[in-house]
Amino acid sequence: MKFLSSRRRHPVAGLLVVLVGLIAVGVGYSAFRPAVADETSKTDTELIAEGRQVFVVGCSSCHGLNAEGVVTKSGTNNGPPLIGVGAAAVDFQVGTGRMPMQRPDTQAPEKQPAYNEEETAALAAYIASLGPGPAIPAEEYYDTSEATVEEIVRGGAYFRTNCTACHNYAGSGGALRDGRYAPSLLDVDSKYIYEAMLTGPQQMPIFSDAVLSPEEKREVIAYINVLKAEPAYGGSDLGSLGPVGEGLWGWLLGIGSLVLAAVWIANNGARAAKPKS
Amino acid sequence: MSQDKFHDDDFERHKAGKDNPEDYGESSEPMAGRGAESEPIRNPGLPEHAPRPTDVDETLERRAELQVAMMFIGASALALLFCVAYFVFEPGVEGETFLGVGASNLALGLTLGLAMLLIGIGAIQWARKLMGDHEIVEHRHGAASSDEDREEALAAFRQGSEESGFGRRTLIRNSLLGSLGLLGLPAVVLLGDLGPLPGDALSHTVWRRGVRLVNDVDGQPLRPEAILTGQLVNGQPELFFEHVGPDGEVIEPEYEGSELLVEESKAAVIVVRMRPEDISPPKGREDWGIDGILCFSKICTHVGCPISLWEQQTHQLLCPCHQSTFNLAAGGRVDFGPASRSLPQLPLMVDDEGYLVAVSDFQEPVGPSFWERG
Repeated sequence: MKFLSSRRRHPVAGLLVVLVGLIAVGVGYSAFRPAVADETSKTDTELIAEGRQVFVVGCSSCHGLNAEGVVTKSGTNNGPPLIGVGAAAVDFQVGTGRMPMQRPDTQAPEKQPAYNEEETAALAAYIASLGPGPAIPAEEYYDTSEATVEEIVRGGAYFRTNCTACHNYAGSGGALRDGRYAPSLLDVDSKYIYEAMLTGPQQMPIFSDAVLSPEEKREVIAYINVLKAEPAYGGSDLGSLGPVGEGLWGWLLGIGSLVLAAVWIANNGARAAKPKS
Repeated sequence: MSQDKFHDDDFERHKAGKDNPEDYGESSEPMAGRGAESEPIRNPGLPEHAPRPTDVDETLERRAELQVAMMFIGASALALLFCVAYFVFEPGVEGETFLGVGASNLALGLTLGLAMLLIGIGAIQWARKLMGDHEIVEHRHGAASSDEDREEALAAFRQGSEESGFGRRTLIRNSLLGSLGLLGLPAVVLLGDLGPLPGDALSHTVWRRGVRLVNDVDGQPLRPEAILTGQLVNGQPELFFEHVGPDGEVIEPEYEGSELLVEESKAAVIVVRMRPEDISPPKGREDWGIDGILCFSKICTHVGCPISLWEQQTHQLLCPCHQSTFNLAAGGRVDFGPASRSLPQLPLMVDDEGYLVAVSDFQEPVGPSFWERG
């Protein structure tokens, strides 16, 4: 005890005692704390109630307190009704950060999601409880790791018929009317592509399972995933935007460098200060 | 007079400001009255010739020579590298990639392009630094040949005309002219091989009463309940696909080959569904849809691009080629753009088995306007 008593007035002694006390309390609490239910064991009712809380705080100003939608004086939607849009629509809109919108605008762009996965799942459960709608697809619906060449080729045929008009032949997106646009597909998760086809977000039409079956949707996604991995064989693809982008580079770089070369060729060049002896 | 001598003479004369107009034939006649003295501003001539550094300094000349030679040698090396790259890198989908670019294409393009660029730059550098460096003045001359040459040509023509008797022997002359004229006829007749006359093919498609509407690519027939509000389906008539007839027999596609392509390009449709209360159909077309399901031609009426950019909330269909915009909720009316005709609508009904079928063909020609249509 002589060791301790002789050092109890050491400047660090107080600090050490507090530290030891804190660690003891922390370890003790974690050992004896009451058991907390995991997320997975949450009942649907709890999840829906939690989702409603999130909804009322974050979404109801546009979509209405009961997700019935808010109609403006001019008859347009401030926020559309969400009854029957299904969990897949919520997972797509909130999971990609499109909702909540920053401000009323022509288009809700993809951005950093405002809610984490738990909150998104709770919101989806709440909206799904309001009316029947498409559910969040299980992974087997959009897992294309085992797609055969035949499936990819068929997916390409569907892609060219149904998707390229807006999303471009290479999936790099394109312009619509009034400042709206079809976004690029090349950095979108397979799950969100599936959900977008299923629910038709914003101006995108729906491609229902009865017309484009889940297998056909998976083939389309498999084709898009091939497009994503495709290197640019002909040199730089300049964003795969078609003749406008290529024309811009041709005119600026191509003709610009020709002009510079012509200036260099026609330039008189350096002259000696003293004449030839 | 050698070429060099000529230029040097010209140059000296020009510098002295004493051009002698009589040296340059008739074209300078009008100038004759105005000597150097009568010019309001004296012709300053060309600036004095200054030599290049490479003309003066032998080390610089050596260096320039070396530069040019290095460029040509570099081009040779790149040409050899091209051959190496051709065999080393695997082209195509199976090949290696470098920074996301196909390695074969990149290497072949860079080596060949740089080789040609280096030869070009080397040649120009050679000319600018080392080749002869004197200014050249070439004065304008009259474009006409000399009088003797013209006389000679005319005489030869007259002699030919006289000896052939072209003016005198009218029978030969006229029969020759006639045969040459008639040679145009075979060329006109051959135009017939451009193909049969279109007839009324531009006014009709393969759609007719009772033809089922199917999903493009897989050929599945469509039921109204399969199409949700806000849905778009790219459709074709069932005739283009192998399908099962009413008695269970398998019916082969009605068209094939290039004929199929032509008919497909005319018969392609888009089917959309919107809320019935959003639709304001033109007069007489109220029953052309089924519960908000409407079917329109997929071919733009401007210059015939296939269009399926449908915005499901504004109901506008946008053509990516020239931005023509059709309002499908208002019978395909043109809202914007260069198209001058509404998008033709295909009247729909449901058959005994509950599938969507056409009531008739389009009631107006699909696609762009043509001459006979006015």
